[in-house]
Amino acid sequence: MKLADKSCAIEDAVSRIGAGATVMLGGFGVPGTPFALIRELVRQGPTGLTIIKNDANEKGMGVDHLLAAGMVEKLIVTHIGLNARAMAMMNAGEIEVEFCAQGMLAERVRAGGAGLMGFVTDIGVGTELATGKPRLDMGGRAGVLETALRADVALVHAARADTFGNLCYAAAARNFSPLMAMAADRVIAEVEEMVKPGGIPPEEVHTPGPFVDHVVPLGTLGEEYGVVRRA
Amino acid sequence: MSDVRDRMVARAAREIAPGMVVNLGIGLPTRVIDHLAADFPVCLHTENGLSGIGPTLPFEQADRNLIDAGGAYVSTIPGSAFFDSAVSFALVRSGRLDLTMLGAFEVAQNGDLANWKIPGKFSPGAGGGIELAQKARRVVVLTTHLDRKGNPKLLEQCSLPLTAAACVNRVFTDMAVVDVAQGRFHLREIAEGLNVADVVGATGAGLVIPEGDLPRF
Repeated sequence: MKLADKSCAIEDAVSRIGAGATVMLGGFGVPGTPFALIRELVRQGPTGLTIIKNDANEKGMGVDHLLAAGMVEKLIVTHIGLNARAMAMMNAGEIEVEFCAQGMLAERVRAGGAGLMGFVTDIGVGTELATGKPRLDMGGRAGVLETALRADVALVHAARADTFGNLCYAAAARNFSPLMAMAADRVIAEVEEMVKPGGIPPEEVHTPGPFVDHVVPLGTLGEEYGVVRRA
Repeated sequence: MSDVRDRMVARAAREIAPGMVVNLGIGLPTRVIDHLAADFPVCLHTENGLSGIGPTLPFEQADRNLIDAGGAYVSTIPGSAFFDSAVSFALVRSGRLDLTMLGAFEVAQNGDLANWKIPGKFSPGAGGGIELAQKARRVVVLTTHLDRKGNPKLLEQCSLPLTAAACVNRVFTDMAVVDVAQGRFHLREIAEGLNVADVVGATGAGLVIPEGDLPRF
């Protein structure tokens, strides 16, 4: 028995993303953000995108390129404080922004990836984050219904992958990627190091290959993957 | 950092008991680390998926994949673990987080906390703050007693959107240590050089004052 080879050129993989698509992006700040896939997405230029990501990156990085190109209709995020453009576009009504509590975003994506429709939680009860969500009290405790999130495409960055799409993430670059890699109809992974099947010991796989559709090997990493020097 | 703020952060560091799992919010709370001995047994957690945070590293030594939730380049220590964001918040919500230290715009006498949004001025999103405030076993706030305009931050009721309701247990300020209990603020300690009247005058709600001398920090 042998496992399929899902390695793919970056332009072919990204060409699956059409106008109006919902796209999940892994990453928390720099670690885990699939910068190369985002650049290719900007080059191909589909518009009206809904982007689901923890944050909006920083000026000149990742999501900021999508915003600058006018490709984004809506952001579903937990925090955009490091991206002045995202804040300005939100305040000007040029993009819609849906804020989630960070663990709620993770769990909504996880639920979507687990084939669930949603879950009940007390997070946000008594605050404006519960506004508009169906109230569901259980066992005398006040709760709200959080709906699952799925996307048309998820883009993730992995440190290592085999050609079947088994993925390993480095350090804190894991964050949302394993969750998003379960929650999209099509999953594209950009990878720093590509190995043959068997090159990653089974017990070290973070995202199992059956979740992944395309594996894109990266050449030399661009500057945006590097350590950010902040004043 | 001014001397009194440094003393406040040092005092807050004594809030951490050996063996605790602790999450330190961005800003003043992060400075608490500087007041813990290198061999002090504590497991620091960060929302982006690490338990067992090691020392912050300078640019030259930084690992591009290893930051805390505030974006600082940190390190691991023997026994550290990485995990995804769902696991990270499962740890928070299930009661495994013994203590969190957070900043504040406003704290109300019933423990309500507002620290994420000033409508019309500042709304970057709350990140992980809501679940930390709502679910950590103990929530302490580190903040200046007054805001930049000189208005009290400890109030009868918050005017800003809440991060979480009735969640704060204790507040460390540059003037005092104040507990929140039974719907009231209770003065516990005072900064050197101040008297009770100074603290009362800077607090926007009633303050229960115990008999006798208060400890100083």
